[in-house]
Amino acid sequence: MTGSLALIWPAMAAAFLASLVEAVEALTIVLAVATVRGWRPAGLGAFAGLSVLAVIVTALGPLLGQVPLHLLQLVIGILLLLFGMRWLRKAILRAAGVIPLHDEATAFAAETAELREQARRSEARLDWLAALASFKAVLLEGLEVVFIVIALSAGRGMLLPASAGALAACLLVAGLGFIVHRPLARVPENTLKFAVGVMLSAFGVFWTGEGLGVDWPGADLTIVGFAVLFLAISGAAVAMLRWPRAEVLP
Amino acid sequence: MSALATVLRELVGLFVDDGALALAIVAIVALAGIMATLLPGAPLVAGAALLFGCLGALLVNAARAGRR
Repeated sequence: MTGSLALIWPAMAAAFLASLVEAVEALTIVLAVATVRGWRPAGLGAFAGLSVLAVIVTALGPLLGQVPLHLLQLVIGILLLLFGMRWLRKAILRAAGVIPLHDEATAFAAETAELREQARRSEARLDWLAALASFKAVLLEGLEVVFIVIALSAGRGMLLPASAGALAACLLVAGLGFIVHRPLARVPENTLKFAVGVMLSAFGVFWTGEGLGVDWPGADLTIVGFAVLFLAISGAAVAMLRWPRAEVLP
Repeated sequence: MSALATVLRELVGLFVDDGALALAIVAIVALAGIMATLLPGAPLVAGAALLFGCLGALLVNAARAGRR
């Protein structure tokens, strides 16, 4: 159950940061539901979402052990590349101002407005719809957390550190949400997505290569080098996208 | 049924946001796989194709999205 030190800290940090982003997004929806319809449907929906997640993890966990390591690394690596580079692309475009930044306060306002509109249309079904919104948010964001934890572990015995990182983030966000009762709008989400996108893409290249039989020089430490390269290219992309805009500014 | 379709759509959305980037990644991995098969004595060639292919795809895709 122990991976090399070179992998443990990046895996734990990536799981923590990614889970922080996902937990903040789920919390925004759950708080919106609680604000409009009270804590009962919000809590029931969130609890149901967590229960389905627990069933999925319990069912999938033993199955993963049956898959040959190279195949597991290849499949997980490709999924990590798709997932990580998708995050990184979005973070680059947001950092460059091509697309607007994600705003939890706006997401909270949109969700409460949607729930109030549903209340106007069908009061009787609203508790059910509100619980469903809470359930869907927790399930979908939770699935991303589960995927990230499994992907970062990928047969290298890092399930414990990655799980610890994810659990710490979820508990931190749930605790803060419980205390402040407001969406956590001050979390620098794009910076976190940028960092996580870089790390997941680096892990993705590493696992995919290992799955294809590549014996990376420097072994696990290569991931750090890959992360530096992804960071440099992403920084260059942001600068390149900002540059023409700067010319037209007064 | 529509709730299930929504969940499935969102599940696919976890991995595919921009179709061109997703296709490019799959093509690069396939190319690296072919190279690893054809050149079993030099697996690092496949590794280099994978790494620099992904970096290039990200840069080109971001540049294109910025021009749109």
